[in-house]
Amino acid sequence: MIPGQFSYHRPGTLADAVKLLADLGDEAQLLAGGHSLIPMMKLRLATPEHLVDLAGVDALKGIRRDGGAIIIGATTTQHELLASDTIRSALPILHETALLIADPQVRYRGTIGGNVANGDPGNDMPAVMMALDATYQVEGPTGARQIAAREFYQAAYFTAREPGEILTSITVPVPPAGHGYAYEKLKRKIGDYATAAAAVVLTIRDGRVATCSIGLTNLSETPLLAEEAAQAVIGTSLDAASLKKAAAAAVDIMAPAGDGRGPVEYRKHVGGIMVERALKRAAARAA
Amino acid sequence: MATQARKTQVSMKVNGVEVDGLVEPRTLLVHFIRENLQLTGTHIGCETTHCGACTVDLNGMSVKSCTMFAVQADGAEITTIEGIANADGTLSALQEGFRQMHGLQCGFCTPGMITRAHRLLQENPNPTEEEIRFGIAGNLCRCTGYQNIVRAIQYAAAKINGVEFREAAE
Repeated sequence: MIPGQFSYHRPGTLADAVKLLADLGDEAQLLAGGHSLIPMMKLRLATPEHLVDLAGVDALKGIRRDGGAIIIGATTTQHELLASDTIRSALPILHETALLIADPQVRYRGTIGGNVANGDPGNDMPAVMMALDATYQVEGPTGARQIAAREFYQAAYFTAREPGEILTSITVPVPPAGHGYAYEKLKRKIGDYATAAAAVVLTIRDGRVATCSIGLTNLSETPLLAEEAAQAVIGTSLDAASLKKAAAAAVDIMAPAGDGRGPVEYRKHVGGIMVERALKRAAARAA
Repeated sequence: MATQARKTQVSMKVNGVEVDGLVEPRTLLVHFIRENLQLTGTHIGCETTHCGACTVDLNGMSVKSCTMFAVQADGAEITTIEGIANADGTLSALQEGFRQMHGLQCGFCTPGMITRAHRLLQENPNPTEEEIRFGIAGNLCRCTGYQNIVRAIQYAAAKINGVEFREAAE
């Protein structure tokens, strides 16, 4: 369990980090919290020749409000998210989700940027960011650009982030006051990746669902936005028939792998149940 | 490549003592602690970030030292199990709790359990049983001795808060 050899770089500014990545080329990898990368390196499934540690880049840290959005620096840890009153009040679904990620030690180190950027379909935050319609800022040798979370995930570990680009922050529009939210995650044990999980953000007006978005975790090679499932409940009072219709529409787009977390049919079945539970719990929380 | 094997100087404060050493970038923090510093109380259990036996306190955070490179800890303040006892050498409240409440069986997970519980009680000096269980979710006990580990942490919390330890009614 000893990683392969590599050279270690610790730039102090974002510009230096971008330049280092460009100079070092394909054999360089970014290191943030390291709780996905280092285990892979110990198994020699990842053997980068260079690690560019982002820990020294202060510009990547912190959580701030900017008008109707919250901007979260990429190297903000899950622990820092949990400690943030801004997150708890404006984006409570992120608080709820962070509590379901791994364990306390991992949350002290693991970062939001790593969680959304490395493209592991088991990561929890991507589906939540899709449900919230967040935007990722990336910066590379040709400058900065924005990528919608909903456009970011292309295949397992393949994303719209180009080699040489660094995810710098996440901009999350704050849902309206009184919105309902829930992240329902079925897992075999605490700390595990989801067998199936669903994120729901909705608003209710006059007893009926006014807006709704649904994200799905670990039910395909990428996180999924279940648009038809969300459409199925808009305008309804979330009666039993509408819930079933939404769950069925969500199950239709699921394509999980059969693995230690269960065969394909089981994971789709419980995926539908997660959607129903998340819708019900989100509605109960909506004002 | 020879350039890649080049060693790097790291320095950190471990249990109140300034230490330094030459490490390869790939040296894991737990290996630096155990092999360079000869502080073998920090255990290597699963080596896969699951078991928590290698937990140390780093800049006020509980971390699994098998999942960090020593170079990442350059400049850090670290407390290992060897630094948990009171300054006069007597047992800390947590250590006393683990002894009194039989919080260990084989003892392999104990250094990680105690260093993790140390940080948990700093952040939440009066945790409920549920909060304790959630707070030590990153530490596994293969003897499955969790009941007494929880009692040991409750004992320590009571002692730190200056109240008498009373077990909840069954």
